[in-house]
Amino acid sequence: MPDFAEAGRRGKEVRSDCWVRIEPKPGGIKLTLTSKVETMFGKAIRKLVRDELAFFDIKDALVTVEDSGALPFVMMARIEAAVKRLNPKEKREYLPELLDHANQPTTRERFRRSRLYLPGNEPKFMLNAGVHKPDAVILDLEDSVAPAVKDEALFLVRNALRQIDFMGAERMVRINQLPRGLDELECLVNANVHMILIPKCEDPQMVKDVDARISRQLGDSPSFPKRKRGQSPASGVKRDASGVQRPLLMPIIESCLGVFRALEVAQASRNVAALTIGLEDYTADLGTQRTLDAKESFWARSQVVNAARAAGVQPIDTVFSDINDMEGLRQSVLEAKGMGYEGKGCIHPRQIVPIHEAFAPADAEIDRAKRIVLAWREAGAKGLGAVALGSKMIDPPVVKRALRTVDMAIRMGRLAADWETSALEGAK
Amino acid sequence: MRLVRNALDRLVPNEANGKPQVPFQGVNRHHPKGRKAAPKIPSCIDYPEDGNKLVPDLKAALVKVGIRNGMTVSTHHHFRDGDLLAVQLFDACAELGLKDLVWFPSAAFPCHKPLIAHLESGMIHHIEGSLNGPLGDYCTDGKMRGMGVLRSHGGRWQAIQDGEVRVDIAVIAAPAADAFGNANGVLGESACGSLNFALADSMYAAKVIVATDNLMPFPCVPWQIQGNNVDVVVKLDRIGNPAKIVSGTTQVTKSPDRLYIAELVAKFIRDSGIMRDGFSFQAGAGGTSLAFAVYLKEMMQQAGVRARFIRAGSNKYLVEMLEQGLTDYILDGQTFDLDGVRSMRDNPKHIATSPFTSYNFHGKGNFASLVDVAVLGATEVDTSFNANVVTHSDGRLLHGIGGWQNCLYGKCVILALPAFRDRIPVIVDRVTTVCGPGELIDVIVTERGICINPLRPDLLDAVKNSGLPVKPIEQLKAEVDAICGRPEKARLGGKPVAIVKWVDGTVIDTVWQVLKR
Repeated sequence: MPDFAEAGRRGKEVRSDCWVRIEPKPGGIKLTLTSKVETMFGKAIRKLVRDELAFFDIKDALVTVEDSGALPFVMMARIEAAVKRLNPKEKREYLPELLDHANQPTTRERFRRSRLYLPGNEPKFMLNAGVHKPDAVILDLEDSVAPAVKDEALFLVRNALRQIDFMGAERMVRINQLPRGLDELECLVNANVHMILIPKCEDPQMVKDVDARISRQLGDSPSFPKRKRGQSPASGVKRDASGVQRPLLMPIIESCLGVFRALEVAQASRNVAALTIGLEDYTADLGTQRTLDAKESFWARSQVVNAARAAGVQPIDTVFSDINDMEGLRQSVLEAKGMGYEGKGCIHPRQIVPIHEAFAPADAEIDRAKRIVLAWREAGAKGLGAVALGSKMIDPPVVKRALRTVDMAIRMGRLAADWETSALEGAK
Repeated sequence: MRLVRNALDRLVPNEANGKPQVPFQGVNRHHPKGRKAAPKIPSCIDYPEDGNKLVPDLKAALVKVGIRNGMTVSTHHHFRDGDLLAVQLFDACAELGLKDLVWFPSAAFPCHKPLIAHLESGMIHHIEGSLNGPLGDYCTDGKMRGMGVLRSHGGRWQAIQDGEVRVDIAVIAAPAADAFGNANGVLGESACGSLNFALADSMYAAKVIVATDNLMPFPCVPWQIQGNNVDVVVKLDRIGNPAKIVSGTTQVTKSPDRLYIAELVAKFIRDSGIMRDGFSFQAGAGGTSLAFAVYLKEMMQQAGVRARFIRAGSNKYLVEMLEQGLTDYILDGQTFDLDGVRSMRDNPKHIATSPFTSYNFHGKGNFASLVDVAVLGATEVDTSFNANVVTHSDGRLLHGIGGWQNCLYGKCVILALPAFRDRIPVIVDRVTTVCGPGELIDVIVTERGICINPLRPDLLDAVKNSGLPVKPIEQLKAEVDAICGRPEKARLGGKPVAIVKWVDGTVIDTVWQVLKR
């Protein structure tokens, strides 16, 4: 056992975080606390530290906490990390309550237009992420977390999932590459994570391994999602006896091999709900670099979108990484949308609105879709096999696309849900 | 000294630095009688006929105007954190062996930290003016001999005009001046905009010194400060660094959360119908209360709406609005960047205003009450909408009042602030220090929702169908408490270290000594 252990961060630039040092030493718990919120929360912080140490049966130690305004769940995670660094055999978890707002379900087919990446070891970016109304947040344990702090990031992400109100955003976690990522699942599935992103996925077995580990954790079988009462049959997600929902999966294709096996990956489990691509690693694997017009990755992106559609899962595009280039972002989203993608990753909240706007169907698109849908209904009512709009015949796939556009317009609030009724009344 | 309860149920001293104080009586309740103060009648016989009032250095200037122990000396903050005069001035006072002076700045900044040595030595007795940074700590730790007196910009004019504060010597830093004492802030290498924070001092102080780094031949125009009020002129190497006017509080925020709040503020102004042709708004210091104007500008362009005037600390965004015809005028209390300085100098529709025209409560009206909407910051707000701008939630002095109190008389007052900072709740049961009574504060805009004062059913009604996230302030507070926990109250020392004046000269609250644990 080491002589002492530390976790968390301190210093002038640090906000909403804290640093903890525990050094076992006879003579009870000797706590030294410095906190910028001492006058307001000094007593509460001291109690939290003592309660948590007692939980882990630590009775004799010098404990130092330097607090830069950490919320309680952050401090709990930092103390737990220090305790477990001190004693790697400690397996118990000191869990903050899974709050109601954190325990809402997701659905397979919800929008995933924008997903905001949040570095997994940085609490200050997490607290207000939901305010910016991304379709999803991704608490990232992989590339944005330094190897030396992977362990503490995991506790922080787990606690954040249990406590933070992401205000309706879907709650995703990007785990580390397997096998490390598999072990992380233990912590995560009981924190109502909605979707697990599997990085560097190039083998269907990786998806199956993740699926199996989740099942083991939830104690049930991976392949046949049962329907629970009050749950729509289409959602294809389920909850275990404790009410925890089985997380969906989104493999990330990031290598040449992955691109070739994208379809197998997407079909590897019924819990895969989306498929995405990561271009930094892919272009490196390809032996080239990312460019703005992205010709080098066109084939890969096209392959991934085709694989996703073939497997019946959502195709989701990569992130746009220049946060100052709003026009470039817009063009990139329009291109992705044109290729068939339904979502884009973001690394800064200001990218969210432009992404949603670019994915929204244009007014003319909605109008045309409405006319097609109405013509299709009318043809159906008259028992006609063929649908005509004016003098043009409409093929079934065109109808299908129009139905999807109308559905998207309704879900984005661009069209009233009862537009057909009012359109018909208008026609009378 | 006795402590009495004022109309907001706050304990305030009935005396400060030997002067009797009136406790806050309620909004618009205090109506003093009497006459304005005035300096003695001067005569031009006593001044050089050729108009040359130059003396060689600051010490000579101070001697010439007859500085003595115990006098009140004022300086001004048109360079904000770039002020180089106050420290030179008090160093000169120290060389003259003076003691027990009262410093009466229009605002103090971290650059004034060296004055702590003069407070410790006894040369400066106390400071009457905003106290933040190191000086704020010095005061809240109970180390200052006298009591701090915090006033708004309008309150400072009121105090001088009403004779509450008699300025013995005003020392005015001027980026341009002639030897007669005419001075302005728009010309020269140190150009900083307007000098109007010093205007009251130039009119009411017993003696006036103009200190300039840019002496020009008579006439120095425009004469924001009139030489006819000036006793002596002194040339210094440096008086201020205008590049340091720009600080955290004068720059548009980059924080996505603050920008979100700013956008919500702009939407509120639009959707409540306040944004219409010929309207007016006030943008304040503080990243968010500047940033909303950037969003409002876009909305005005989309709607084809033009403002009649903007009241401001001006910056490049507001100057753009003027230049693009989105407002007819900028009525400017203080320029916040060099674009503002340039515009004030070159654009006849960019008007330098003074605390007299904009803010003074004891005048025959002021501009602040003509403004349709004012957007301000705060450190804390309570569920009765009372707000604090001067102290941190731990009781320590943090900010000056600036024009904040004066702007509360705008037709719609919006406070734009985060619901919590790190773990520090901003929406609280009872603010640490009341600077503004809740009945004058109409709307709170945070990243977690908008709260409208129940005293303003008209505003509630105006945004009813807008889709804006309006919620009761009690609900917002409960949300914040759930995140941060309920805070303990700061442990205060029982000794008043400063008083906060209301715009009418009454005492609205007390700042107490903070005890270390």
